[in-house]
Amino acid sequence: MATHAIAEPKHLWLGGVEPMKASYGKLMMWIFLLSDTFTFSALLVSYGLIRYSHQSYVGKSADFVFSHAYWPIPEKVFEAVPFLHGVSLPLVFVGIMTFILIFSSVTMVLAVEAGHRMDRADVEKWMLWTILGGFTFLGSQAWEWGHFIHGTDTGTAVKELVNGQLVTRTINGANLIENQYGPQPFADLFFFITGFHGTHVFSGVIINIVIFFNTATGLYDRRGHYEMVEKVGLYWHFVDLVWVFVFTFFYLV
Amino acid sequence: MADVVQQTGEKQIAPPQTKVIWRTFWILAAVTALEFVIAFTMNSGIFKVAIFVGLTIVKATYIVGEFMHLKHEVKSLIWTVLIPTIFVVWLLLALMLEGGNIGLE
Repeated sequence: MATHAIAEPKHLWLGGVEPMKASYGKLMMWIFLLSDTFTFSALLVSYGLIRYSHQSYVGKSADFVFSHAYWPIPEKVFEAVPFLHGVSLPLVFVGIMTFILIFSSVTMVLAVEAGHRMDRADVEKWMLWTILGGFTFLGSQAWEWGHFIHGTDTGTAVKELVNGQLVTRTINGANLIENQYGPQPFADLFFFITGFHGTHVFSGVIINIVIFFNTATGLYDRRGHYEMVEKVGLYWHFVDLVWVFVFTFFYLV
Repeated sequence: MADVVQQTGEKQIAPPQTKVIWRTFWILAAVTALEFVIAFTMNSGIFKVAIFVGLTIVKATYIVGEFMHLKHEVKSLIWTVLIPTIFVVWLLLALMLEGGNIGLE
């Protein structure tokens, strides 16, 4: 198959067994990832539009308080780390999560590389590390969500008009109806974007487990190639790539 | 992969070649660390946002180019992926600016 494609480079577009010198499965994975890019972009584009249609906080970072009047500064919202209650560590936990995901991406490439060498033991080892990284990330995100939903110790006091009376009420945490950190869309977008990404990580972990199982039972050895590891690797890197963008737009900007 | 050692009868496993992979990892780690430094030392503004977007594109290039191996695919596949993505990035920037105009009222 491969020699055929190399012998006739002019016919790359004609399809056949390997259009664009990529196997059918790999090409379809690329096209799927491209369509998934559009879905994620829709969420990030919405975030960009809504974020900048709200007021930005003006003033010193130290004087910042949560208010519905302006968009919150992310480092003031995401400053908690497990087991360190009450300690302000802005963006530390989300930074750790980023490194976990980048690292699991590296172990995934190492699994793909081992697959090229038909080294079954090495593929198994690196797939296990990748699965472990995926679970660690999911656990971290569950904690992050839990903290975000429960909110800070003091909460945020808001004034509301109830039956013509101005009533002061304290909001703790955030959900799809109310939000102590800032304007409501901030919480909605947080849940939608990190939730959609987390769903991708979760399905990626499941697929990785299937691939690990197939490797361990020697399916790819019998098949003669480890291309499935490569295809799943593409998906896993894409998930990492999306996180890089979520990290920038949601946590840094 | 044509250059991979061919298996003939006996099991012979080539030594791992992971130099490029680890170099890419260290680049990604360094860029992320740099983003942290910038997040806490620079005042917010359009310039800071531009730096973050630039660094993110650097990271994306390394992940897609090296980890996803796109750099080593044929040109038609590279452009198939890249051209739609460029339009998406344009839409993202355009609507961020548009959002600012909604806010001004």
